[in-house]
Amino acid sequence: MFEDLRDLYQEVIFDHNRNPRNFRVMDNADRQVEGFNPLCGDRLTLFLKMNGDMIEDASFQGSGCAISTASVSLMTEIVKGKTEAEAEALFKTFHEMTTGKEEHINLEAVGKLAVLAGVREYPARVKCATLAWHTLDAALKNEQQSISTE
Amino acid sequence: MNYPIEQIRADFPILAEKIRNKPLVYLDNAATCQKPQAVIDSIVKCYSHDYANIHRGVHTLSVRATDQFEAARDKVKTFINAASEKEIIFVRGATEAINLVAQTYGKSNVQAGDEIVITAMEHHANIVPWQMLCEQTGAVLKVIPMTTKGELIEGEFEKLLNDKTKLVAITQMSNALGTINPVKAMIAVAHAKNIPVLVDGAQAIPHIAVDVQDLDCDFYVFSGHKLYAPAGVGVLYGKQALLEAMPPYQGGGDMIRTVTFEKTTYAGLPHKFEAGTPAIADVIGLGAAIDYITAIGMDAIAAHEHELLVYATEQAQQIKELHIIGEAEHKGAILSFVLDKIHPHDIGTMLDSLGIAVRAGHHCAMPVMDFYHVPATARASFAMYNTKAEVDVLMKGIRDLIAMFG
Repeated sequence: MFEDLRDLYQEVIFDHNRNPRNFRVMDNADRQVEGFNPLCGDRLTLFLKMNGDMIEDASFQGSGCAISTASVSLMTEIVKGKTEAEAEALFKTFHEMTTGKEEHINLEAVGKLAVLAGVREYPARVKCATLAWHTLDAALKNEQQSISTE
Repeated sequence: MNYPIEQIRADFPILAEKIRNKPLVYLDNAATCQKPQAVIDSIVKCYSHDYANIHRGVHTLSVRATDQFEAARDKVKTFINAASEKEIIFVRGATEAINLVAQTYGKSNVQAGDEIVITAMEHHANIVPWQMLCEQTGAVLKVIPMTTKGELIEGEFEKLLNDKTKLVAITQMSNALGTINPVKAMIAVAHAKNIPVLVDGAQAIPHIAVDVQDLDCDFYVFSGHKLYAPAGVGVLYGKQALLEAMPPYQGGGDMIRTVTFEKTTYAGLPHKFEAGTPAIADVIGLGAAIDYITAIGMDAIAAHEHELLVYATEQAQQIKELHIIGEAEHKGAILSFVLDKIHPHDIGTMLDSLGIAVRAGHHCAMPVMDFYHVPATARASFAMYNTKAEVDVLMKGIRDLIAMFG
C-alpha cells in the first residue's frame, strides 16, 4: 500500500509532522514573517533571532500539510547557527532540488533536507515544501509583510 | 427497471483509464464531470461535417450549424422547462451568467444603500460578482446564516428581506457541503415582497430535475461541464420580461439589429446577450449531453446517486478519525470530510496514488471553510457512473492512509 509514495512521504517527514521541532512563539524575535499558501490554506509564522548576520534561533507556528510542516520544522533546525549568506545559499540549492531544475543536485549539501527531494515528482505539492523557505527569504531580507506563494 | 450502470460506465471512455497503474476512481465530479462517447462524437461530427459560423451565412454549412445550435437551445428549454427558447442565453458558464446578471440587471436596478441577499454557503462565483456590484453602486451584501449541520437557519432569510432588498441570489446545492436548499419555498417568500431571485444551479443541475416554471425563479444559471457536456458553455435562464428590460452585457457581432456610427439597435432575445461567435460545437455538445441524460432519466440518476451518498455516508461514519463536513437533512451526492491530524492535501496526494481522484482544498468557498474553522476539506463527489465498489475503494484508501500516518 502506498509504495509509490515512499519517496515523497519518508518516515522523517511523518516524524516531523507528528512532532514538529521549534514549534513555539519566540517572544524576543528580531524578525517575524507570515507565509501563506492560498491554494491549500497552509499558513505559518516564522520567527528569527539574529546575532549580527548569524541566525541564532529560529521557530515557527502555524498549520499545514505534512510536507509543509516537515519542511519548516527541518528548516528551523538546519538554519540555526548559519549566516544569512549560508542560509540563502541553502535556499537556492533546496529550491533547485524541489523544482527539479538541476539534474545533479549535491544532496550532501542539503543534509537532512534531502528527504524532501521526492516532492519534485509531485508538481502540485512543490509549493508545500518551498513555502517555509520563501518565508525565510522574506525574513532575511527584512520584509515585514506577509508573503504568499501565489 | 434496473439502473444500467454497466452500460453507463461503458459509455464514458475515460473511466477505462489507469492512473498510477490503478483503475481510475473518479470522485471529483463536483469540480467537473466526465463526458460520454455521445458528447465526444457530437463534437467530432460537428467539426468533421457540420461546422461553420452561425446565424449569418446563407451557405449550407452555416444553415446546418445554425440548426444544430438552435436545436441545442430548444433541448435546454425543454430540459429545464422554460416557457420560451428566448429565455435561454448561452454563456461560457455559470460564473459568466452571474456576472452578466450583476452587470446588467444589477447595474440598472441597484443603487447606493440597496441590499443583495446571498447565503453563507455560496461558491465564490455567487459572492464576488455581487461584491463587485456593491463596490460599484454602494449597495450592501447580506448573508443568510447557516447551522453547523450546513442548513440555512429557518426564519433568518425572511428577516433579511426589506424594502431595500433588490435581489436574492442563492445556490440550489452547495458545492462544498452538498446541502440542497429549499429554493422553491425561498422564492415564494421573496416574491411575496416583490423581490426577484437568481438560483445558482451549477451544482444542482446534474443531480436534480429542474423546472424553472415550477420553481418560479427569475434567473437560473448553470455550467455545461458539470452536466456531462463540454467545458466553455453554460446557460443563463431569465424570465422573458426581465431579460427584455435589461441592457446588453457585451457589444459586438450577432447581438445587433442595425449599426451605424451614430446609433446601434439591438437584436431581440436571446441574441441580445450573445455577442460574438459562441462555442458552437460545445453548445451542440451540451444538446447531446442533455439527450444522453434524458434517455437515462433524471429521476433514475438522482435515485442512484442518493443510494451512493447514503452508502458512502454510512461507511464514512464507521471511521472514527473521519468527520463529515456538511450533514444537512436534504443533501446531494457530495461527501466533504476532514481527518484528525491529516491535512486534506496529504489525503488528496495519497488517494491519487491509489487511482482515486478527490478534491482537496477550499472548493472556491473560503467563507464555508472559515465557518467550520478548517483550512480545507477533502471532498468525494459522485456522478451517475460511480458505484458502491468505488466507495469501498475510497474507504479502504482512507483507512490505509490513516494507518500510514500513524
